[in-house]
Amino acid sequence: MRRFNGVLHGQLWRPLLVLAAIVLLLPWFIPTPYIFTILILIGIYSLITIGLSLLLGYAGQISLGHAAFFGIGAYVSGILTAKYAISPWLAMVIGVIVTWVISYAVGMAILRLKGHFLALATMAVNIIFYILILGLDEWTGGASGLVGIPGLSLFQLNLGQPLYFYFFVWSIVLVVIVFSTNIVRSSIGRVLRSIHDSEIATEMLGVNVAKYKVAIFSLSAVYASLAGSLYAHFISFIAPPSFYITFSILLLVMVMVGGVHSIWGAVLGTAIIMFLNEWIRYIGQTYFQISGQVEIVVYGFIIIVVMMFMPKGLVDVFERLWRKIASARIKEVEKRKIAAERGDLA
Amino acid sequence: MDSMVQYLVTGLTVGSIYALMAIGFVAIYNITGILNFAQGEFAMIGALSCVSFVNWGLPMVAAIPAAVMLTALIGFIIERTAIFPVRNRSVITLIVITIGLSTFIKGIGLIIWGTSPHTLQPVVKAEPIKLFGAVINPQSLFIFLTVLVLLVILYVFFDKTFIGSALKASEKNPRAASLMGINTSSMSALSFTLAAALGAIAGIMIAPLTDATYEMGFLIGLKGFVAMVIGGVNNIPGAVVGGLLLGVIESFSGGLISTFYSDAIAFGILLLILFFKPTGLFSKAAGERV
Amino acid sequence: MTYLLEGKQVTKKFGGITAVDGVDFHLKQGEIVAIIGPNGAGKTTLFNIISCFLPPTSGEVLYKGERLTGRKIFELARLGISRTFQNLQIFNNMTVLENIMMGVHIKLRTNVFSAGFRLPVVKRDEELAYKQALDVLEMMELKPFINEKAGNLSYGLQKQLEFARAMAYDPTLILLDEPMAGLNDAETNQMAGYIKELKKKGRSFLFVEHKMATVMELADRIIVMDFGKKIAEGTPDEIARNEQVIRAYLGEEAV
Repeated sequence: MRRFNGVLHGQLWRPLLVLAAIVLLLPWFIPTPYIFTILILIGIYSLITIGLSLLLGYAGQISLGHAAFFGIGAYVSGILTAKYAISPWLAMVIGVIVTWVISYAVGMAILRLKGHFLALATMAVNIIFYILILGLDEWTGGASGLVGIPGLSLFQLNLGQPLYFYFFVWSIVLVVIVFSTNIVRSSIGRVLRSIHDSEIATEMLGVNVAKYKVAIFSLSAVYASLAGSLYAHFISFIAPPSFYITFSILLLVMVMVGGVHSIWGAVLGTAIIMFLNEWIRYIGQTYFQISGQVEIVVYGFIIIVVMMFMPKGLVDVFERLWRKIASARIKEVEKRKIAAERGDLA
Repeated sequence: MDSMVQYLVTGLTVGSIYALMAIGFVAIYNITGILNFAQGEFAMIGALSCVSFVNWGLPMVAAIPAAVMLTALIGFIIERTAIFPVRNRSVITLIVITIGLSTFIKGIGLIIWGTSPHTLQPVVKAEPIKLFGAVINPQSLFIFLTVLVLLVILYVFFDKTFIGSALKASEKNPRAASLMGINTSSMSALSFTLAAALGAIAGIMIAPLTDATYEMGFLIGLKGFVAMVIGGVNNIPGAVVGGLLLGVIESFSGGLISTFYSDAIAFGILLLILFFKPTGLFSKAAGERV
Repeated sequence: MTYLLEGKQVTKKFGGITAVDGVDFHLKQGEIVAIIGPNGAGKTTLFNIISCFLPPTSGEVLYKGERLTGRKIFELARLGISRTFQNLQIFNNMTVLENIMMGVHIKLRTNVFSAGFRLPVVKRDEELAYKQALDVLEMMELKPFINEKAGNLSYGLQKQLEFARAMAYDPTLILLDEPMAGLNDAETNQMAGYIKELKKKGRSFLFVEHKMATVMELADRIIVMDFGKKIAEGTPDEIARNEQVIRAYLGEEAV
């Protein structure tokens, strides 16, 4: 049974251990708090992209509106803690519940749409949310943003400390990866992939396709909400531009560049795009004296090239490389065996 | 009463721009099956390159066709390099590619024209006209006139020329069209070129009223997309009516409810339409797209 | 008596065209019934009405005496009805094993929550699905391809796979939309063999098919449609001698 699980779904523990090791070791090599901030943001954004990978890569449903769910988490946490002094943990849970209810309702309404029209509908949801947080300034602070969101602390441990927060965020990422991989490695994962391949056949096999689509849409929204709460407590200040469609698009790009068919691809893509982003900004400012959003040229270019020539994303490239190395190693071993046998004969 | 006429005129002006964008969407979508998220960027390129041409000393009558042609050429190049080679990929891949294109073009716009808004002089320099108590900007009249002329040209093009009928045939049934010797590959290129030119015209028309920036494309494009959905994805008259309707809805909700929420209302209506009548308000074939 | 499946005056209009025109039909437990007719006779439309993909304009379909019309597609499996598709609908990016495991999905109880936390039910479900899928693969001679991606199989094997998936959860009634289309003679015989085998186990079949030899060999009863109407019904022998049928198939001049 165990072996058959491996055959069916690939390995979980080995890549998970590798990631855990990287997370544990990285702080020793980090020179600046600035890079620490980026690593924490990668963790936070990975939560969203993992959810998107389930939705997009497994169930085949596109969303260009997840910045809105990220925003719901951030604003519920922000408002409840900064204005009403409610416990951040309770606020986080409330954020998740609110997001779940909203995303469930939204999902029921729009997930019958396909492809382009689903993309448009999710964008519309995102735009409406953006306008609402701008407009409801009594609560949200409107365009000037919401300030004074307290940091998190856990059992007297001040998570405001970047190192602690870093470990905290990445442990959540690991838990979410295990949870999501468990889903993928169960009959639910099969249902999601079968929806991707043929909805009518899946339906004919007794699966309420709409129910599953909405469930996975809400799950991914809840991940985004969780990420939003963490983001609000980490940055301690939130403003509408962070929750506009541009961020939804960035998330989609992360997932697609990393490799949409794998949860690991989501994490990889998030890390690559984040570092690329910083790197381009750095090069642009130091060598070309350009500021603003010039990095979007490079972004755009990378998206186009990756989608045209590596539609399965970078994780696929890495996997193939790994397989090549592995098979070369096996061949090497066999060669030696043959050589040894020949030696015996001689 | 006076303000009602005013809202109507403003709505129809903006709506004409949306209609032009929507026609571009319809042309590309029905021929290639792609919804081009980079469509709005054509408006940006059209408007800003027109500004540049004028700044170089070209008269308006030369700058406008030059900008339109440049944008059309860019549309053609984009289709050949980034769309046609991957036309058979999944919808999601194509969506992401056009989003990448949009981002890329916007970035190029940023590098060339910077972040500051540019003004384009209106084509007609005349005093605003008073009509039924409403103040009509001459540019509005110019926009109506242009859209009207374009619609006539498009009608003649689609109905009376061979290329036009071929384009229409490829829309209706690509397989049959290619069997009949119509080159669907060049139709795809043609649809992008046409959509780019229409986008450029839309951008040039709206620029004197709102100013042009490298970021202007996104929302205009999205509105064109909405107009197309309102009108029904597969007919050009529907797209035009959809565009005008969207403009009027925005203008009235801006005037009567709040300008701040007019976009939210427009997209709210879009969601309602997608929910209750996803084939659009004016399409005859029901349930085809499921 | 109540039939397993019964259609009463089933009619479907698309705009001005009547695709199915007041068709009555029935099917008894353990029976194999074929629907034949020239292209555009309304067979596929009728088929889609039976499997709840299309609502009829008027009339209704009953299953075991209860109204089937108006049900959701996903409810059919639990009632014991399953179908295959004219243009194959296998899960291309999944393995043969996974395709069949989807076939027994209705017997599983895992939900998103229990899957995420990997509760005991997940392991139980996976073992159950795996075991049952193996039995099906064994019976359908698909075991050598167990870990092959379905999309990489030959057309004949894909067809076989879709059939196997449709019967994986032991449905009472199996609707087959052109099961033999695109198959060579050997594959056709093999498929006919599977159908006969399952008939012995009490399964019932309703199928649309163009290959007349197969229809004559398999069907207990044949329903002939033309221009949306049922023009004849009977045993293969009766149908072969029916003049109206011959006329519909060969055109007026031939008679």
